[in-house]
Amino acid sequence: MSGLIVRLQRRTGRVVLDTLASVGRFAGLTAEIARGTSEVRIWLPRTFAEAYNIGLGSLFIVLLISAFAGGVTALQAGYQFTGNIPIYVVGAIVTQSIVLELGPVLVGLILAGRIGARYAAELGTMRVTEQIDALESLGRSPASHLLLPKVLACILMIPVLVVFADVMALVAGWFISKQSLPITDQDFAYGARIFWQPFNAWYSLIKATAFAATIGLVSCYYGYNTQHGAAGVGRSTTGAVVSSSVLILLLDLILAKLLLVP
Amino acid sequence: MIRIRDVHKRFGAMVVLDGVTLDVQDGETLALLGPSGTGKSVLLKHIIGLIKPDAGDIDVDGLHVPTLDRDALAKLRRTIGYVFQNGALFDSDNVYENIRLGLTDPNEFGDDAFARERVSECLRLVNLPDSTLAKMPSELSGGMRKRVGIARAIAGRPKYVLYDEPTSGLDPVNSDIIDGLIRRLNDELGVTGIMVTHDVRGAFRTADRIALLTGGKVVAEGTPDEFRASQVPEVRAFLERDFDLAPLETGLLQ
Repeated sequence: MSGLIVRLQRRTGRVVLDTLASVGRFAGLTAEIARGTSEVRIWLPRTFAEAYNIGLGSLFIVLLISAFAGGVTALQAGYQFTGNIPIYVVGAIVTQSIVLELGPVLVGLILAGRIGARYAAELGTMRVTEQIDALESLGRSPASHLLLPKVLACILMIPVLVVFADVMALVAGWFISKQSLPITDQDFAYGARIFWQPFNAWYSLIKATAFAATIGLVSCYYGYNTQHGAAGVGRSTTGAVVSSSVLILLLDLILAKLLLVP
Repeated sequence: MIRIRDVHKRFGAMVVLDGVTLDVQDGETLALLGPSGTGKSVLLKHIIGLIKPDAGDIDVDGLHVPTLDRDALAKLRRTIGYVFQNGALFDSDNVYENIRLGLTDPNEFGDDAFARERVSECLRLVNLPDSTLAKMPSELSGGMRKRVGIARAIAGRPKYVLYDEPTSGLDPVNSDIIDGLIRRLNDELGVTGIMVTHDVRGAFRTADRIALLTGGKVVAEGTPDEFRASQVPEVRAFLERDFDLAPLETGLLQ
């Protein structure tokens, strides 16, 4: 019995130490990325290239998924708010739920998979093929050459993609409402406006920016610390996607509590 | 001058370096021979600060490498070219961009005309045509990748060049070209080199001194003539190629 307790204590201790070590490495990498900002001539052109790639590359899937999300939200709102509740509420529900929640969270989760996996795999491959060592051996900083452009590209492009997603989902929500519910354009627009506050748009962008930084930093962390060849690249990629997704949901909760609930 | 004193390194339970002591004088080329898996590449990575030793000292030009801060280490690395075993080319960049990143002086790196001229010059030194410049690393053969890696390492005119298996995988003609290049860099530009290699013939042709690393220690070192005449058992075994045959002869593979 005492042996079991000792083994349990050891395992718990190891988990705690591993977690603390990971937090320390993550903080160290973040500080390293912040230090890389001094080399503007290096990271600026690479940031634009990365932003172009992830922005344009992700636009189609973001628009497609947000169109479906907007349509489904409209149908479900119509299904739930029938009877004595005025039909214009559908406009309010669609607008509020898309801008406050579905737009940023859905895009965040999609891009955690698309961009996070890409960055972790790319950096992981560079690590196991000694390309990152080669960069360091030339006296160059991996932070300014590789990591900072990726993190900044996320922070620049993901909020833009969220704006596109919000607009697309609203258009899809309005279109599907009109096709399947007894609602006029005026009703929908009235519902959308009646509960609208400018802060809602800011809230959507704040969430998008927080999710973007999470995706960029977490995927860079996993990719940069890859070990043990192809299997290690696979582990890093999975770790980056899972951790980014969980952190996005956690941040969603925290930001709602901090910014929406007085 | 590179000064290595009693360096120890282990990875988990495996002891890789067990008290390595070695000096490399300015202007000389040292060939580091040894069986596979004896830590030759690990030793090179210690010199450039990519790996920190568990114990021991590594000094380059009087700077204690393991304790250098980030900026000092980056500055030191700009004086050292490193040729990686498998090239380690940046696979998202073409050959031109790869070699250009070897221009460690920010002014030279930022000057397009100078960079183009220097990159072409380095490419010619490793016997590759200018038509290679636009190619991606994935379009190159293993030998070409290795030569581009060498071109990148020498682009910044480093004081030291560390070669990790510079001729492995190359055909005899290109091996001779690389051996000749290492010799010329040493003779004409005074570049100090450390060459990790299995190529005994190339080591004797190229190096001013040869050292044998085995069992985590340097067991012999000297000029090529001294090395050839050495009666140290490990040297005899290595020169007579008994290392690779030993497992077969003792039946370990049965």
